[in-house]
Amino acid sequence: MEEFTFTSQLFQYLITGLTVGSIYAMVAIGFNIIYNVTEIINLAQGEFVMLGGLIMVFLHVAAGLPLLLAFPLTVILVTLVGMLLDRLAIRPIRQPSVLTLIIATIAASIIIKGIAMFIWGKDPFDLPAFSGRVPIHFMGAVIQPQYFWVGGFLVATVILLTFFFEKTITGKAMSACADNPDAASLVGINVKHMILLSFALSAAIGAVAGITVTPISLMEYDRGAMLAIKGFGAVVLGGLGSFPGAILGGLIMGTIESFGAGLVHSGYKDAFALIVLLAVLFLKPSGLLGSIEISKIKKF
Amino acid sequence: MPKKFVLIATVFLFCMGVVIAPALADSYKVGAVFAVTGRASFLGDPEKKTVVMLAEQINKAGGINGKKLELIVYDTEGDATKANLAVKKLITQDKVCVVLGPSLSGNSLAVVPLAAQYKTPLISAAASYKIVTDEAGNQRKWVFKVPQSDTMAVEAIYTRLKKLGLTKIAIMSATTGFGKSGHGQLVALAPKYGITILADESYGPKDTDMTAQLTKIKGIGPQAIVNWTVGPTQVVVLRNWKDLGMTNIPFYQSHGFGSKKNIELAAGAAEGVLAPLGACNTPEALPANHPQKQVTMDYMKAYTAKYNEPVASFGGHGWDALMLAVNALKAVGCDRAAIRDHIENTKGFVGQHGIFNFSPNDHNGLVWQDAFNMIVVKDGDWALAK
Repeated sequence: MEEFTFTSQLFQYLITGLTVGSIYAMVAIGFNIIYNVTEIINLAQGEFVMLGGLIMVFLHVAAGLPLLLAFPLTVILVTLVGMLLDRLAIRPIRQPSVLTLIIATIAASIIIKGIAMFIWGKDPFDLPAFSGRVPIHFMGAVIQPQYFWVGGFLVATVILLTFFFEKTITGKAMSACADNPDAASLVGINVKHMILLSFALSAAIGAVAGITVTPISLMEYDRGAMLAIKGFGAVVLGGLGSFPGAILGGLIMGTIESFGAGLVHSGYKDAFALIVLLAVLFLKPSGLLGSIEISKIKKF
Repeated sequence: MPKKFVLIATVFLFCMGVVIAPALADSYKVGAVFAVTGRASFLGDPEKKTVVMLAEQINKAGGINGKKLELIVYDTEGDATKANLAVKKLITQDKVCVVLGPSLSGNSLAVVPLAAQYKTPLISAAASYKIVTDEAGNQRKWVFKVPQSDTMAVEAIYTRLKKLGLTKIAIMSATTGFGKSGHGQLVALAPKYGITILADESYGPKDTDMTAQLTKIKGIGPQAIVNWTVGPTQVVVLRNWKDLGMTNIPFYQSHGFGSKKNIELAAGAAEGVLAPLGACNTPEALPANHPQKQVTMDYMKAYTAKYNEPVASFGGHGWDALMLAVNALKAVGCDRAAIRDHIENTKGFVGQHGIFNFSPNDHNGLVWQDAFNMIVVKDGDWALAK
């Protein structure tokens, strides 16, 4: 057996933590997009990830479509589910308060999970890794090629979102709804369309997360809730509504879990992440990169 | 008009019931409560399918002593209250000769008092030893169970490790009921076999990656790894184990690993992995002279032909429970006390999950040597480990 030094162990924990954290970060970004436009915490966010993974398995493995075709098709299908969620569960609610809308998303997540169970059953499914499963050895640690895809898609998502919100009219209109929906509609922005778009966007990002993580961890119908909880933790840690915060929060959560499991005890790894989360909330209630002024004017 | 139709239909159906009911009276009633739907449906669904299939086979072959086997199956949805109500209904209203199930240990414990109260034999399809053993350590008079206990799986693994001289091990388990129960037995039995646990790691049932835990284990360098979980984590952990280049450390899975799907999902990473499995998980890997070869092959062929899905080990528990009851009915007829006595004295019953030898001191009837074969994954298939 080759030398397995403490340094390479640490490096391995870091790699693992960043990979897991990237998935949390992508879920967290999805939360933030919808939160920014509607102030809703969409608790069906994890279900988008699950659907992304399972639909991709269906198209790529069962139906035999090539990766390059199945990938965008999956994202489109999940995006449609996200839009349907807005049209069927969110928009029809009369006299919406933030709380009733959040409860509606819980109901939607249960329904989506149930439907997925009927379609795919309860077994986990696997997806071939995008570029094989031969691990890369680096500084004594092993890295699955799929890790790079996870990290790469996170970076690509961040770049595209930044461009979208900073440079395009639609993106700016969405940001305007986030700042003040009443003022936004006064200047002619169709807030309802923006809400629909926010659901579509976060569903698409959830789908990408699901597609990239399935080759690493498999996917089954009830995985969504756990991802949603971890992603929500990342959102709160980074600051509700902040995209850089979501990424930072996700990566920190993943890394703490990994180091905690490796260096202290794996039984308490979730506790470590939560302790850090609580500590941050005590010291800076708005989260690492959140702004206290903004959180004061929000309803939730 | 439709109203009239409904009325006529109702009357007609009612008459049918009156006509049919006496025809059914000449039958043996066997009740079953399984978690057919709900969170534990992976247990109850194959159990129900199995007993329904067996009842059809038995009735087609002329029934039991010329009487039909009438099976009444209720769904507990994995809920202890529903299980309790269903068992009560089976005993008091349906007047069954014997009750099979429930599927879950918790549900079984909830109905155990009913069996004694109504003096009706109950054959549980759940694993916990507490189902058949009361607080004082005695066997509950009216209750039996067919699945193996965790202890037996641990004994099977530890015996092999000791024989091979692999006494410094790492254990991993999921933070689920199954994982925790196995973990408890792994820790408790280690000293008896002279085994030292160098690392004791755990993970959540929905965790995406176990690399961190395995990295720690790799740094410690044990002689073997024993992992206790069901579901996707038991596959993911194998992939991480292979990726980290740890295949020189033998990897043992629990008896929950017995589905060929797991080998498939591991995408090559399951090669060389060992697990103690009941005979019905791996009928093809058994030698022709194995006592359970015939029953497990027959069951597998019939089940896959009828339902077009692979046999799950839980279905085997349904098989064992029903066939024990059928044997008793054949011998003593529908007399609850006599059935109980017959089951308690059953010896050498060749079932799906072992050869059962019941006694007043053992209402499970299994020892690990008869209940488990050590199986290794070889060329993507099960094989007996040497």
